[in-house]
Amino acid sequence: MEKTINITLKVWRQKGPKEQGRFETYKLNGISGDTSFLEMLDILNEQLVNEGKEPVAFDNDCREGICGMCSLYINGHPHGPDNLITTCQLHMRHFNDGDTISVEPWRSAAFPVIRDLMVDRYAFDKIIQAGGYVSVNTGGVPDANAIPIAKPIADEAMDAASCIGCGACVAACKNGSAMLFVSAKVSQLALLPQGKVEAKERARAMIARMDELGFGNCTNTRACEQECPKGVSISNIARLNREFLKAKFAE
Amino acid sequence: MYWLLNSSIGRKVIMSVSGIFLILFLLFHMSMNLTLLFSAEAYDMICGLLGANWYAIAGTLVLVAGVAVHILYASLLTLQNRRARGSKGYLASSKTDTEWSAKNMYVLGIIIVLGLLLHLWNFWYKMQFAELTGIHTGEHLPHEGAAYVSELFACPCYCVIYLVWLGAIWLHLTHGVWSAFQSVGLSNKTWYPRWKTISYVVSTIIVLGFAAVPIKFLLFNV
Ligand code: HEM
Ligand code: SF4
Ligand code: FES
Repeated sequence: MEKTINITLKVWRQKGPKEQGRFETYKLNGISGDTSFLEMLDILNEQLVNEGKEPVAFDNDCREGICGMCSLYINGHPHGPDNLITTCQLHMRHFNDGDTISVEPWRSAAFPVIRDLMVDRYAFDKIIQAGGYVSVNTGGVPDANAIPIAKPIADEAMDAASCIGCGACVAACKNGSAMLFVSAKVSQLALLPQGKVEAKERARAMIARMDELGFGNCTNTRACEQECPKGVSISNIARLNREFLKAKFAE
Repeated sequence: MYWLLNSSIGRKVIMSVSGIFLILFLLFHMSMNLTLLFSAEAYDMICGLLGANWYAIAGTLVLVAGVAVHILYASLLTLQNRRARGSKGYLASSKTDTEWSAKNMYVLGIIIVLGLLLHLWNFWYKMQFAELTGIHTGEHLPHEGAAYVSELFACPCYCVIYLVWLGAIWLHLTHGVWSAFQSVGLSNKTWYPRWKTISYVVSTIIVLGFAAVPIKFLLFNV
């Protein structure tokens, strides 16, 4: 039987980056368990608009777990209580009738709130701009068999490449560290022949940018990998540390 | 080598190397303590060897430097990380499933420092300090470690204080050991579980070795 629930929401409302924010409490009735979390917020917004109030601003785009835009801190978890999913993939069946659900933006000095639940994650783009690409000329497309890559290596690279840049790792980290994100972006290239050439320099440049932007120092609490919707592993952070140290010792 | 100071990974390398150095020292100190379980004379002989000799003084200075660097960087990292976290906290406190010790390394460190100060007052001040300065700070001769130990642990409350201190060290090291190797990049999917096991083994060996003396006093009062 389909489950419907009545819930109370505590939502962070903030008019602009410089404004003082506060929590607002809203009640929603008869929410179906099959409603996604963002659809539930759509229902809330419709209700707010009908009452002549400002709707809640939140980031989202694909609503299928691939773009990395959705970013809500729900009941003490980035992307909510379910594992290995983004906020947009979370469904209301994970909540019970009568629950109070807190909905907050990512919190980190490097991710300032723009409005309500939206934060500015441009810092991630700046880190990518510092070196998250291949700039050597790799020539034309080679024959698929010409550069053999061992399956475990290819798998590691693909796992790292699954990072969608959502920032849940930063939101989860008590140190506001971006190491899981940076390590995924360094690893996806460092493991493959085209990216290996610049691996050390890339690690050096991206870490320098990351530090400059005010992200914290990783203390290996593993909160990031626990909350990452894509299951990116901290073994990537070890690789990033390795590449960075290799770069520094080669100087 | 400036990167050691001005990059996040560099600072972590300093934490890692100083931490591993302190672990090696703990292993060394713990093995010496074990002699006390068998022979008070042997223990006093070791205490005599580590008095005011040049190598004992050099060792002490290196150790002080290691401790100072570790504490200094722990404080710096903790401050920087709090700033990076931002002034606004979450309404719902984190429900992320992480190890308690991993998130409380600084708190554990403070307990360790407090225990250390007490420990220096209990022993170092009456032993190496007394020998170096010639001031009689204790009842016994500076190298009579066994006498000082049995005097202190005659009081069960001191046994308990030392055991609590050791508990904090155990928690610090169960996270610290694997974390130190992760920080310098010596880990991956295969080695992470291995380092984790090694962390528990090393911390348990160290702590049980140290705890043996106060436990012996608690149980047998000698
Ligand atoms: C018994 C002496 C001690 C030993 C053997 C020890 C060992 C370690 C080790 C191996 C680490 C891991 C380093 C890493 O993650 O790379 C560590 C981290 C840490 N230690 Fe200690 N430590 C000791 C005392 C202290 C003291 C006295 C303090 C501070 C007041 C302290 C504060 C910290 C902090 C905050 C961390 C985490 C920092 C980070 O991961 O970046 N420790 N310790
Ligand atoms: S590592 Fe995971 S949590 Fe961090 S940005 Fe990438 S997908 Fe999001
Ligand atoms: S909206 Fe694209 S991942 Fe959630």
